[in-house]
Amino acid sequence: MIAWLERQIPKMVLAPSFVAILIFVYGFIAWTAWISLTRSKLLPKYELHGVIQYKRLFASPRWETAMDNLFIFGALFIGISMLLGLMLAILLDQKIRVEGVLRTIYLYPMALSMIVTGTAWKWIMNPGLGIEAMVRGWGFESFTFNWVIDPKMAIYAVVIAGVWQASGFVMALFLAGLRSVDGEIIKAAPVDGIPGWRIYSAIILPSMAPIFLSAFIVLAHLAIKSFDLVVALTGGGPGYATDLPATYMYAMAFSRGDIGQAASSAMVMMGVVFAIVVPYLYSELRAKHD
Amino acid sequence: MTPILDIQNLSKNYGAVQILNDVNVAIDPGEFLVLVGPSGCGKSTLLNCIAGLEPISGGAIRIGGRDMTQVSPKDRDIAMVFQSYALYPTMTVAKNITFGMKVRGVDAATQAQKLAEVARQLQIEPLLNRRPGQLSGGQRQRVAMGRAVVRDPKLFLFDEPLSNLDAKLRVSMRSEIKKLHQNLGATMVYVTHDQIEAMTLATKIVVMKGGVVQQIGSPAEIYNHPANLFVADFMGSPAMNLIPARTRRQGDDVQIEIARAEGALVVRQASYGHDRPADVILGLRPEDIVEAGFRSGATVQAAKCRIDLVEPAGADTYVVSELGGKQVTARLHAETKAQPGAMLDLAFDLAKVSFFAPDTGERLN
Amino acid sequence: MTDYSYPAPTMSPDTRPAPSRYGQTALRWLLFTLLGLFALFYLMPLFVMVTTSLKSLEEIRSGSLVAFPRDVTFEAWRTAWSGACTGIQCEGLRPYFWNSVLLAVPAVLISSFLGAANGYVIAQWNFRGANLIFSAMLFGCFIPFQVVLLPMARMLGLMGLAGTIPGLIFAHVIYGIGFTTLFFRNFYVTIPSDLVKAAKVDGAGFFRIFWSIFLPLSLPIIVVTVIWQFTQIWNDFLFGVSFSQAGTQPITVALNNIVNSTTGIKEYNVDMAAAIIAGLPTLLVYVVAGKYFIRGLTAGSVKGLMQ
Ligand SMILES: Nc1ncnc2c1ncn2[C@@H]1O[C@H](COP(=O)(O)OP(=O)(O)OP(=O)(O)O)[C@@H](O)[C@H]1O
Ligand SMILES: [Mg+2]
Repeated sequence: MIAWLERQIPKMVLAPSFVAILIFVYGFIAWTAWISLTRSKLLPKYELHGVIQYKRLFASPRWETAMDNLFIFGALFIGISMLLGLMLAILLDQKIRVEGVLRTIYLYPMALSMIVTGTAWKWIMNPGLGIEAMVRGWGFESFTFNWVIDPKMAIYAVVIAGVWQASGFVMALFLAGLRSVDGEIIKAAPVDGIPGWRIYSAIILPSMAPIFLSAFIVLAHLAIKSFDLVVALTGGGPGYATDLPATYMYAMAFSRGDIGQAASSAMVMMGVVFAIVVPYLYSELRAKHD
Repeated sequence: MTPILDIQNLSKNYGAVQILNDVNVAIDPGEFLVLVGPSGCGKSTLLNCIAGLEPISGGAIRIGGRDMTQVSPKDRDIAMVFQSYALYPTMTVAKNITFGMKVRGVDAATQAQKLAEVARQLQIEPLLNRRPGQLSGGQRQRVAMGRAVVRDPKLFLFDEPLSNLDAKLRVSMRSEIKKLHQNLGATMVYVTHDQIEAMTLATKIVVMKGGVVQQIGSPAEIYNHPANLFVADFMGSPAMNLIPARTRRQGDDVQIEIARAEGALVVRQASYGHDRPADVILGLRPEDIVEAGFRSGATVQAAKCRIDLVEPAGADTYVVSELGGKQVTARLHAETKAQPGAMLDLAFDLAKVSFFAPDTGERLN
Repeated sequence: MTDYSYPAPTMSPDTRPAPSRYGQTALRWLLFTLLGLFALFYLMPLFVMVTTSLKSLEEIRSGSLVAFPRDVTFEAWRTAWSGACTGIQCEGLRPYFWNSVLLAVPAVLISSFLGAANGYVIAQWNFRGANLIFSAMLFGCFIPFQVVLLPMARMLGLMGLAGTIPGLIFAHVIYGIGFTTLFFRNFYVTIPSDLVKAAKVDGAGFFRIFWSIFLPLSLPIIVVTVIWQFTQIWNDFLFGVSFSQAGTQPITVALNNIVNSTTGIKEYNVDMAAAIIAGLPTLLVYVVAGKYFIRGLTAGSVKGLMQ
């Protein structure tokens, strides 16, 4: 009996976390999914009404803007962060003596809250007193840089702040990748008469394909969840110009009292995340098993 | 005398995969049992079952006559030395050795006294305050032994304790383990896949393959009378020559015919039974094929053979000739004049020959 | 464990081909110029924040964004810390700073401890189904939290924890377990299972082995996990803004309220001082223990996931 109990200890230790995950992740997803199929407004109603919330969602211009923004923001944020991160990593990989210091500088934004980042950039891009005023002060009187208040450009302002925050992280990933490439291969290349830049383009970068993929996944994940940055930088405005699915969901849930919409938008967000992450996880797991 | 360890019809599965199949082994107090077998044959699994670290799927294990199925490792009165040593990395050598006593609530004075005793016995006194990371492989090995010895158990279990050491250290530790066995009068179960270790240490050897016991016996029995082709091939280095041959009855004798390029080699043997199959595999160890004239007797028969290869190995010279389609190794004296390509008179000591059935691999004589 | 920090550049000497002698100097200069410009790009916001926070509003209006302050004043810092308005209250960030501390410390400790225990079980006491449970936990790391926001808010209400710091702690612990378990599990699987076997033969049980053998080994991964969790929880905004109410808000929410409060004149210097105060703890952690921070980032986000 005691021996039996002793053997159950590991299970008992894991059980609370497992139950918690079961309820608070899977149970909650199920709850949200259910609510997304009802006519819930301020309070949840449990009577199913099919996909009306999704119909409303996809008919809503605000949601359309949010999804458009997500793709603009996502594409630019991921693309620029990757390019910048890769470039920084390659530049830093040239046996620089102050590499440690530079690395610290490039990466520190990642330690900050997106609210802090948003606050800082909001001030920097402030049309009256920020960069615009500064450049005008230098004598370029017609210079304008008012993206944060321009509905057409505001989303690009968010991209700038996002890239500033995350590109150092991509640099860190790539640098670790560059350093783990087999030194023998690189040593052999000059012997075979291959020039320096070719070593990168032909040998090192292709061998880092998994890191590209990982960086992409992480950035995509960040982009879809990004909420804080928009809230702090533009508050979703001007108007709804910088709404993202995350801010749309929050607005519906907590200020509009439309939890049916909130639930359906959350489900769509999860769909987008899983469309990206699940194939990745699956391929990783497959690779492990073979 | 009740055996210290008695394993009956033991089986062990991982899911649908059967790792151990109907294992029966018994050892008496003071014996040194060595488990040998190729990698993955289930030696460690068997040891873990004995220690109670893996639940068994069927059969029974008794230690000191007591059934162990429900007994946890700490109550089995065993000590175990692992291949990786498994020293606790954050504890000093002294703490490593006394950890078990501390867990069991042995008082500090006894702990200190036993520690001192073991440290002296294994000559690790200067190391007591170091951590495992600061020790060499051989020193770690000693500490791992110390941790086992201090328990003074009924049964020692060793899982390939020497396989991480370099060749020279392995030889010296081997003799130390042998000494330890003699001094303590302890009973040991020792896993290895090094058959020289098995031969030198064991009072009893268990040869395993694929979770099935192939043969149990003294080193001499295993070496001279392998129970099947697997054991014959596995034990001994260089391996036993296994030569396909045909037998034909010739009056009271049996004629054994071995095919080769220069025409069949025919030898005669009296002891091989008439009722056995015609096709056999003949097993003869390299040391039982010598240069003609170096061994004599009624059972020694000479034949001219073409030498394909000469390999001097210091004390001996091995020569290889093709017989029955197989490379056959003979162990000659170092001063031999054997030349590759030349013919040489080789003497076969047929008193030592083993016969195996080609289909089942079982021993026939 | 796998080391995600970088080998020192000197450890791979001469693996990069040297450019031809003619272009070498020019290339080198170009390289340093580029690296320097990027350093400026990353440092500029911090510089602007610090200088702005030290200026008076007067000077901000009249001067340039990137100018050094003429008269250094800490007035904005004082206001940000103890006087700025977050809506109707005007107590500055101080109470919210302590809210965040009260929230982060227990949440970090509890989630890390649970992660350690879970990782220990999954890596060393594997039973049938344990890997499935681990996969289920990992999966939880990837969900967008929006999908649990509504039910969690209701659940906290049912538990009587709505709008309280314990409620926030609860949420952070629950959704932090996935990552902390992952960290510890990936660390503990690298430890040979013989260690547990040896300790079992020595008579130690589940907890004894954890306390005496595994925890003392775990310092590096504890540091990585604690830093990761602290950064996540301190910087969190979504849970903070969704599950708290006036008085229990964490510092990120308060900062956002200060910056976006529409009453009174905009005090940019106070905003910047407040932003620095909110960012300082994690920045400090980054500067002091950057190596572990990076390890957590890379391990937590990608490579380590599938070991
Ligand atoms: N936990 C496990 N689950 C499934 N199969 C296992 C497990 N442990 C061991 N095995 C399998 O059991 C078989 C026997 O393993 P074991 O470790 O006993 O071999 P061994 O004889 O000790 O080999 P070696 O000489 O390499 O140490 C192997 O095929 C192995 O793959
Ligand atoms: Mg083994």
